[in-house]
Amino acid sequence: MKKLAAPLDNAVGLALLATVLIGVATALTFFYAPVDQDGLNQKIFYFHVPIALTAYATFGWGAWKALVHLWKKKPGADLESYVAIHLGTIFGSLTLITGAIWAKLRWGHWWLWGEKELVLFLVIFLFYCTYFMLRYSIEAGPRRANISAVYALFGVVLIPVSFLAIRLAENYIHPIAFNKNGPQMAGSQFGTFLVCLAAMFALAGALYRLELLGKRLDTKLRELRELVLS
Amino acid sequence: MKGYLGDVVTLTVKDLRLEFRARDTLPAMALFVLSTMTIFHFALPSGSADEAALGLLWIAILFTALLGLTRTYAPEREQSMFDGLLLSPVDRSAIWLAKTLAALVFLAAVELVALLAFWLFFAHVGWSLLAAVALADIGLCAVGALVAAMATASRSRELILPLLLLPLTIPVIVGAVGASVTDEPGKYLAFLAMYDAIFSLIAWATFEYVVAE
Repeated sequence: MKKLAAPLDNAVGLALLATVLIGVATALTFFYAPVDQDGLNQKIFYFHVPIALTAYATFGWGAWKALVHLWKKKPGADLESYVAIHLGTIFGSLTLITGAIWAKLRWGHWWLWGEKELVLFLVIFLFYCTYFMLRYSIEAGPRRANISAVYALFGVVLIPVSFLAIRLAENYIHPIAFNKNGPQMAGSQFGTFLVCLAAMFALAGALYRLELLGKRLDTKLRELRELVLS
Repeated sequence: MKGYLGDVVTLTVKDLRLEFRARDTLPAMALFVLSTMTIFHFALPSGSADEAALGLLWIAILFTALLGLTRTYAPEREQSMFDGLLLSPVDRSAIWLAKTLAALVFLAAVELVALLAFWLFFAHVGWSLLAAVALADIGLCAVGALVAAMATASRSRELILPLLLLPLTIPVIVGAVGASVTDEPGKYLAFLAMYDAIFSLIAWATFEYVVAE
């Protein structure tokens, strides 16, 4: 019982931390950070970029767990990898949505192929959506775990390679690059950004713990049911 | 010939011989690429630039490769020979390498037809395009032979292969189109070579896990 309770505490603690941090982050974004030269629409930056970085982090975490699964044959690593990639896909869709909103407000279009990071996210999003189709079309078992792990490893390699590819494609698709590098972030802006990033990481951590807990409970319940029925 | 390379050659020759006897895949791929090119003629309004035709050529090559790759493990599946292949005393990665080489031979053969047709129908075929074709083929087949093995484990085999392959091949298309349409193909060809090296290495290292129970 104690063993089961420990991760629950962890999830609750992380969830509380995430709640507090998101509150602070929102307050800082709107009341502390100065309005940028781009106007009020720049505020979405404090959420869009941390969400994107969190998505990368969870994809990376999922790939790391996949490597642990293939390398150390650690039981449970497959589930952890799956949960991380699941969260990454959720944060990835949020990145696409917030990015589209920002693009609409700033440049008047919902989608801009000139926005390299957004295009990269689209590619990665497509890739990881297929992860779920692949996983759920294979019967549960060691083979599914292995194939999912290999696919997750391909993902972390695809991210930098696609990034490079999209930069290269700019040369023949979009010769005029958008200049996003305005003036450097002020100290107050950077501080707000860091708090927002910490909030998103805490949120992802809490969701990760919670989903793992649910999935493990599910497995245990199923085992128990089979035990009772047999 | 003995050892790892001997196994690879034996397995590749086996696949080529099977295709030579049954003639299942190659004629289908060739016909597909010719039909696609014909469709492209009607998809390109007059006055379209050669660049547009070059871009479409790459779509034709990608889809033809996809068509061929769906058949990569078909001989094993239809004869239920995959377990036999796995039980044979060869390194698992040798199976992947042999499948990649066989797919490369098929794709190169079809591309001879495709490029000839492209030259006849649309535009001049230059050296940089030929180099891009050679480098892109390696990447397509190396990644394709691996994801095709993933797809055979899945219930939705033919359905899932394009979904698995297309996002992974976006960098190949960027490198290939860049090398075909720009004046300085060097960096795009280098990018393609880098892609081939990285993804071949991962596919070679991970194939064992994809087929192992």
